[in-house]
Amino acid sequence: MSKFLKLAAVLAVVGSAGHADKLGLGRDALPEEIAAWDVAVRPDGRGLPPGSGNAYDGEEIFAEKCASCHGDFAEGLGNWPKLAGGWDTLDREDPVKTVGSYWPYLTTTWDYINRSMPFGDAQSLKPDEVYAIVAYILYSNDLVEDDFELSDQTLARFEMPNADGFIVDDRAETEYDQFSGDPCMTECKDEVKVTMRAMVLDVTPQSDESNVEPAQVGAQLLADASAQETAAESEPQKEEVAALDPVLIEAGEKVFRKCKACHQVGEGAKNRVGPILTGIVGHAAGQVDGFKYSKPLMRMADDGLVWDEDNLRAFLAKPKGFMKGTKMGFNGLKKDEDLAAIIAYLASFPN
Amino acid sequence: MSNGPSRRAFLRGAAAGTALMAGTTARAQTPDPLITEVQPWASGLGDGVDATPYGLPIRFEDDVIRRNVEWLTADTISSINFTPIHALDGTITPQGAAFERHHSGAIELSKADYRLMINGLVDRPLVFTYADLERFPRENHVYFCECAANSGMEWAGAQLNGAQFTHGMIHNMEYTGVSLRALLEEAGLDAAGDLTDKWVYVEGADASSNGRSIPMEKALDDVLVAFKANGEALRKEHGYPVRLVVPGWEGNMWIKWIRRIEVMDGPVESREETSKYTDTLADGTSRKWTWAMDAKSVVTSPSPQSPITHGKGPLVITGLAWSGRGAITRVDVSKDGGKTWETARLAKPGEKMALTRFYLDTNWEGEEMLLQSRAMDDTGYVQPTKTQLREVRGLNSIYHNNGIQTWWVRPTGEAENVEVS
Repeated sequence: MSKFLKLAAVLAVVGSAGHADKLGLGRDALPEEIAAWDVAVRPDGRGLPPGSGNAYDGEEIFAEKCASCHGDFAEGLGNWPKLAGGWDTLDREDPVKTVGSYWPYLTTTWDYINRSMPFGDAQSLKPDEVYAIVAYILYSNDLVEDDFELSDQTLARFEMPNADGFIVDDRAETEYDQFSGDPCMTECKDEVKVTMRAMVLDVTPQSDESNVEPAQVGAQLLADASAQETAAESEPQKEEVAALDPVLIEAGEKVFRKCKACHQVGEGAKNRVGPILTGIVGHAAGQVDGFKYSKPLMRMADDGLVWDEDNLRAFLAKPKGFMKGTKMGFNGLKKDEDLAAIIAYLASFPN
Repeated sequence: MSNGPSRRAFLRGAAAGTALMAGTTARAQTPDPLITEVQPWASGLGDGVDATPYGLPIRFEDDVIRRNVEWLTADTISSINFTPIHALDGTITPQGAAFERHHSGAIELSKADYRLMINGLVDRPLVFTYADLERFPRENHVYFCECAANSGMEWAGAQLNGAQFTHGMIHNMEYTGVSLRALLEEAGLDAAGDLTDKWVYVEGADASSNGRSIPMEKALDDVLVAFKANGEALRKEHGYPVRLVVPGWEGNMWIKWIRRIEVMDGPVESREETSKYTDTLADGTSRKWTWAMDAKSVVTSPSPQSPITHGKGPLVITGLAWSGRGAITRVDVSKDGGKTWETARLAKPGEKMALTRFYLDTNWEGEEMLLQSRAMDDTGYVQPTKTQLREVRGLNSIYHNNGIQTWWVRPTGEAENVEVS
């Protein structure tokens, strides 16, 4: 882009006509009006209102106001934006662009959340809440600890991992020379072969055919493949489960709120970010149809992992400790009574 | 989703055309009752002038509609749909069929409630009402508006089977409005000092308050603050009552329901100009400020949703070409996947930053075709192949895919979106 090439000419005209011909239309904008609408925050922090918030408080606000779309851990549910993760993916196929992996300025996050979020209730957050949410998003990205605090004094100084990942449009230098000149009209190629067909993929909306999402096509293929691999294995084993305790189950239902963003259980449950949990207690690992498990889980499943109470308890207490590399983005339940309750709750949904 | 493309359209079209399929001699064996018998419409009466105070297309055209692709986005409120370019001709897009893209839904904002603020580095921060805007000198211009993500789903390969879906994030309208320059001069730019490094930040009144930074050079050049399109008020979904028109530049900058213009000493680096609308290259670095839409074209018919249903003989191949950096000067069409090309006829000389219609009037003997079109603009730019683009940018750019499109037309007349070697 020949940026500002014509600027001298354009500005010269302004210079000559600039002071003339004002029409006297409009009225003065009042300071209160400018303050109400001018909320833009700049990369250097100009525009940030006084205030502060930490990641710990942000987690609670996030769970209440953001997690229904973005997930409890900012991992993004379904097609909703992922805000965390995506490390080292920008130069790979299908980069995962999150606040942590991609956004160059933290001020942008503050500005956007403040003016446009939550979806359907924009401009309802107080400045301290926005600081706290932004701090929590950094925490979700493993960029800070949970007591990390942001304020109008510190936010603009926070250096984002991908701050240097951008260049100004260079098409004029890298493309326009080779994409110009007299184009070939005859004998431009020796042969032409069809290398890819949209109808093979079949993701175009049709009136009387079901729409299939490409990701689902891939997932389904993978699920089919893994189903074939595991088909030869023995039937899932069942273990005796402790007698059902209604009080404990009720307590477990509350604990399960932490899981709900990703998991469904019971009648009509579907695979979401995580697999269906119906019948999980006492069941062999990695057996839910249509769910693409992580490699570590499948390895442990192949080695005969069964989700009995002991294994579930160990996994849910410290997922990444029990299973290094699990894609379950949950940090774990700290309290023994929560662990007992969640297992009782899950056990109340047999297959 | 009603009336999907391709197969159904083909079958419907084929059925309608059966009588004429046989050939071009067009010698009827039996008299046509549509001619020999008095038809109801030739005897009875039609609608009175009060039947449709605001007219809509006749029901026979009810498949010429915007469509969305459900799996693209999480929610239709923050999503995009596609102009049925395969079924339109000429260059002007009817507003009711022109693609929509919202970030927080299409809002209702009345003229009476509309306010436009200009602030920042200006001599006098001002507030305009809608009525104020109508008192500035008005201009009329035809411009295309193309989403930067148009054809974005095709970066990694042929995916969506229809010109509406591959190239339909575009419309082309005649806008009436006032120049942004006039409004900025009304507020006065002396306070901004040297304008060479100044920017304007523009934002909308909806909940997304979509905001973009535009360099002062462009702001003072040809940007319009528009309130009419194709002669009538903007539609709600296109920013009623007032939107920004940024000729030749990506659609995201065409702020709808525009409420504020701030003169600044630098860009805001808003969400839409950092995390979105930046183009990631193969090495993981990303281009920003890729505003201009490079020259591009597509054959709109025949195409997957607009197959050949009339059999052998005369065939009109047609399509659209455009450039965000100037006027289209020439369009070539290939029937063999790019081995040989012939120059198409432009319906009118190309106009700057507006759609240009091209035709290739040809004879089809029922042979397979790999149809392509290649646009050239008055900067000398030649639309690249997808392979050429990928060599420079890799597969992850999402935005600004202006590579040459291929339709594989079969002897049956059906067409499919393919890629060729």
